[in-house]
Amino acid sequence: MLGLNAKDSRFMLIVVALTLLTPFILNPFPADSALAQFNAGYPALMQRFAIYGLMAIGFNILFGLTGYLSFGHAAFLGVGSYASVWMFKLLSMNVIPALIAATLVSGVFALAIGYVSLRRSGIYFSILTLAFAEMCYRLAYSVLTPITNGETGLQITLSDPRILDGAPTSSSLPTPGFFGLKMNAAHTIDIAGWSFTFSVGYYFCAVIALIGFYLSLRIFRSPFGMMLRAVKSNQQRMNYTGLNSRPYTLAAFVISGMYAGLAGGLLAAMDPLAGAERMQWTASGEVVLMTIVGGVGTLMGPVLGAGFIKYCENIFSKINESVLHSWFSFLPDGVEDVVTWIFARFVGEGWHLTLGVMFMLIVTFLPGGLVEGGKRLAARRKKKSDADAAKHPAE
Amino acid sequence: MGILEVKGVHKRFGGLQALGNVNLSVKENTVHAIIGPNGAGKSTLLNCLVGKLIPDSGSVMFDGQSVLGRKPHEINQMGISRVFQTPEIFTDLTVIENVMIPCFAKRDGAFRLHGIESVQDEKGIIEQAEQMLADVNMLDKRNMHAGSMSRGDKRRLEMAMCLVQEPKLLLLDEPTAGMARADTNNTIDLLKEIKEKRDITMAIIEHDMHVVFSLAERITVLAQGTPLVEETPENIKGHPKVREAYLGEAQV
Ligand SMILES: Nc1ncnc2c1ncn2[C@@H]1O[C@H](COP(=O)(O)OP(=O)(O)OP(=O)(O)O)[C@@H](O)[C@H]1O
Ligand SMILES: [Mg+2]
Repeated sequence: MLGLNAKDSRFMLIVVALTLLTPFILNPFPADSALAQFNAGYPALMQRFAIYGLMAIGFNILFGLTGYLSFGHAAFLGVGSYASVWMFKLLSMNVIPALIAATLVSGVFALAIGYVSLRRSGIYFSILTLAFAEMCYRLAYSVLTPITNGETGLQITLSDPRILDGAPTSSSLPTPGFFGLKMNAAHTIDIAGWSFTFSVGYYFCAVIALIGFYLSLRIFRSPFGMMLRAVKSNQQRMNYTGLNSRPYTLAAFVISGMYAGLAGGLLAAMDPLAGAERMQWTASGEVVLMTIVGGVGTLMGPVLGAGFIKYCENIFSKINESVLHSWFSFLPDGVEDVVTWIFARFVGEGWHLTLGVMFMLIVTFLPGGLVEGGKRLAARRKKKSDADAAKHPAE
Repeated sequence: MGILEVKGVHKRFGGLQALGNVNLSVKENTVHAIIGPNGAGKSTLLNCLVGKLIPDSGSVMFDGQSVLGRKPHEINQMGISRVFQTPEIFTDLTVIENVMIPCFAKRDGAFRLHGIESVQDEKGIIEQAEQMLADVNMLDKRNMHAGSMSRGDKRRLEMAMCLVQEPKLLLLDEPTAGMARADTNNTIDLLKEIKEKRDITMAIIEHDMHVVFSLAERITVLAQGTPLVEETPENIKGHPKVREAYLGEAQV
């Protein structure tokens, strides 16, 4: 199917099904139950899963396959956002030109940054990409203010030309849309105590992310993907085998940069606003964490990692001291205060501390990330069922 | 004129003169052995031929063209393949993938962006790689992780990767080092067979005299970075200069 073998087709179908059913899967708790705060099935969060998942999928093509660790991919995310918002301002609120511009412009940036950075490998490559991204971030705040609108961030206004859309018909700001479909349109279905929200924005992001996933699957299975793994494995042998590793790594860099740019474009399509903080090095570090937490070089890993980190960010940063007090109210007063104080360091603003601890645990005990964890569980279950079968041979 | 002409090559590492005025001519379709004691500069010479090192002075001509200043991948595309002293393979890839990569390099050149086609659909390449693995008796290891194999198998795999490119000149740096006797003999047979089947020139560095005398048609003795003699195997055995170079080493 679609150029995939039977096993990959099945895999792809499962991923499609899971993605389309996400509004159900991430909403396991009834809306008014105490656990509802652990639900993640609302549009803003699901969109972020899809968008950062897409970015991590692209990042994995570079980092997972070639082993080149870029610390500057947030620059492409930011460039993609700026390019989209400019399209919204100049051309149309339709997301298609915006996303095309985001992908192409970030591709050009990636070509330039990759061309220079890939002259070095290892830590020097990482530092170069970090330096370039930091430069983009600083420039966006200073000299490039006419393009980026500096600290305020680039926004759409009523007086923008939008030459394809014609004169504004209402006095409120327009919203991005896919031809007739508005990105912020949503429909809520209530079933028993549950409440499920289906939004155009999420499904649009999901479809783009699925296309991105499909392309990465094809790249993984292609001769090009094999060459990228060869780069990671033994670049010297590759060069003495008549292959020029440089254009291979550059192509991987540009492709992953375009994925990041497209993700940035989607962020802008969900909320037509672009700020320089999107390019900060912490944002670059985040996609590295996502890929490692999920499983470097695996197909599903980056998506799982992105979901995991964005979910934790959301849940842990929402919990505050009063929530903690209500949880620990069964404890004696003095103890409760101490326990609450300790836990409060790890939630809300301090959720990065939790992320740090989880990252350390995963890297130490599951070097292959969440995907390895899943594999180990599956292997254990298989062993157990094999053992059961051996115990009851007659059955 | 040989297919490979090395003239007046010098190479220094700091104060150490690794190669001093090396002249070497390898004739087409011959097996030319380069022998010499440890540290004689044999590997350094090969490095100068494949673009890993650039000689301080002198010229290296292959097939009528200079190789100096060319990148390793360009030199390989000219028709020179090299087996390294310590096996250089793609340890994270499977055995068949290791052999497929040189097939792609030969068919598609130094770079081609074939990112959407599936590897599985490359029937011609797969067949070619399998045939090569069969030739070196490794077809049973087809799907093994290359890094998990024994050193001898890694060497054989590396040889297969070079041979499958059908190079005009094959450079072998101690291809049987670390191999068991039986494997060494298999390697000799394999190289002889390749020699008979195809037009191929080989330059082989070897300490194992059994290998050298089984294969070589010409032998150059290198000592302290300078060629001492170039002779046929019959004439090299009792050569006084060779005995001198190897004094204290294994008896020739
Ligand atoms: N990159 C380098 N930097 C400095 N010195 C080097 C370098 N490569 C080789 N040498 C030195 O040059 C001399 C020749 O080394 P080379 O590896 O060519 O010897 P060889 O003939 O291949 O020996 P062996 O039989 O042990 O492989 C040695 O003294 C070695 O230490
Ligand atoms: Mg050597």
